[in-house]
Amino acid sequence: MKEQGTFRVKKGMAQMQKGGVIMDVTTVEQARLAEKAGAVAVMALERVPSDIRAAGGVARMADPEMIKKIMDTVTIPVMAKVRIGHFAEAQILEELGVDYIDESEVLTPADEQYHINKHQFKVPFVCGARDIGEALRRISEGAAMIRTKGEPGTGNVVEAVRHMRRVMDQVRQVIGKADDELVVMAKELGVSLAQLQEVREAGRLPVVNFAAGGIASPADASLMMQLGSDGIFVGSGIFKSSNPQKVAEAIVQATLHYDDPKVLAEVSRNLGDAMPGLEMSSLAEAERMQERGI
Amino acid sequence: MKIGVLSVQGAVSEHIGHLENCDAEAIAVKNRESLNNVSGLIIPGGESTTIGKLIELFGLAEMIRERSRQGNLAVFGTCAGMILIAGSVTDGIRGQPKLGLMDIQVRRNAFGRQKESFETDLDFRTFNSPLTAVFIRAPIIEDTGAGVEVLAELPEGIVAARQGNLLATSFHPELTDDLRVHRYFINMCKNQ
Repeated sequence: MKEQGTFRVKKGMAQMQKGGVIMDVTTVEQARLAEKAGAVAVMALERVPSDIRAAGGVARMADPEMIKKIMDTVTIPVMAKVRIGHFAEAQILEELGVDYIDESEVLTPADEQYHINKHQFKVPFVCGARDIGEALRRISEGAAMIRTKGEPGTGNVVEAVRHMRRVMDQVRQVIGKADDELVVMAKELGVSLAQLQEVREAGRLPVVNFAAGGIASPADASLMMQLGSDGIFVGSGIFKSSNPQKVAEAIVQATLHYDDPKVLAEVSRNLGDAMPGLEMSSLAEAERMQERGI
Repeated sequence: MKIGVLSVQGAVSEHIGHLENCDAEAIAVKNRESLNNVSGLIIPGGESTTIGKLIELFGLAEMIRERSRQGNLAVFGTCAGMILIAGSVTDGIRGQPKLGLMDIQVRRNAFGRQKESFETDLDFRTFNSPLTAVFIRAPIIEDTGAGVEVLAELPEGIVAARQGNLLATSFHPELTDDLRVHRYFINMCKNQ
């Protein structure tokens, strides 16, 4: 008998994306360019995070019509974002047939207390996390893939680095702990003992963990991969650069050959202007998207 | 005897883990040097357009074709890997990259989008009990040439087949704990 939407099937989908680059796109043309450049999936959005940041106001799920057009254009998987806690938006995207839903802090949260119960959906979800506690809480809600939050739309990799390093460091701590110590750690992190035991057993998070939020260059992609990312999300970094095609291809190459400086040096040349970046200290507390949904 | 897993993108570590659990010597194949050292190659699931494009860039595709044609490299393609080794792809994108090793015609995403992805029990020729097969945006074999042996079928079509030292499955044996498909491939590598 066929069983659809099992956790293994949802998590397996993310495993097939490993070592790849998922690109934010806002038009059919951009989606086509991303596919041609070697993206493993596209994230269909109305605005890239840096434009969401600039526009202000309430950021919601994109128009299904626009998402559908992108789904009809490319053969690679199509992801789309919903607001944190907005399960009605998620029901719409599942009905539409998107391949993955990002319950994302980039959009304005719809619920400040609860995330979506993702177990109730056949379509898999990815969620952002800044540490192992957030990651395991999202997984317990049904997330089949995790990404760092970073600080979206900044072109500044510093927060993604902080989040990836923190998760890797915490995984190493878990591996070294006895059960009685894990009980205390579980309490501090707000997760279950069983989840920490699972991490200890596997030596890693139980689902794929990508880097996201501020990745703007091939070197950024390589850095995140060397820190232990399973793959890369690029938001504003491609289509806010002066030569999107070249930057997209270069980031794909850099994600594959992340440990080969020779290839990295080659693909990093003559990429034109990168997206203009934002310094973290220039962001007021209220402008920091990573504080949403913890 | 070393068996390689094409390490471009996709479920690489899962296949390596399974080969190691079968006591085979497994290596990640990223370049021509490492490809030269293996008796068999697994092309894992992932995105076929991405993997196909990247192996063309570094001369890996050419070498896989050459060694396979000479008959000294067994190749096992799972999901995206099956699309890549197929001789023909029904609904590929323009310029769909392929290795074109096996005399099968494949349709991509034949079961629908991700929400239609599924797992099911499956009879696999030569195994004495069904295996749990995980299908993720999986392709299907629509047609086979002479000399292709069908190993497993669903009502929708063929989901596993073999032709000489080539093996293809629509599903992902690397996502369950069952090692029988990997053992089957290891035997193919030994016997070539």
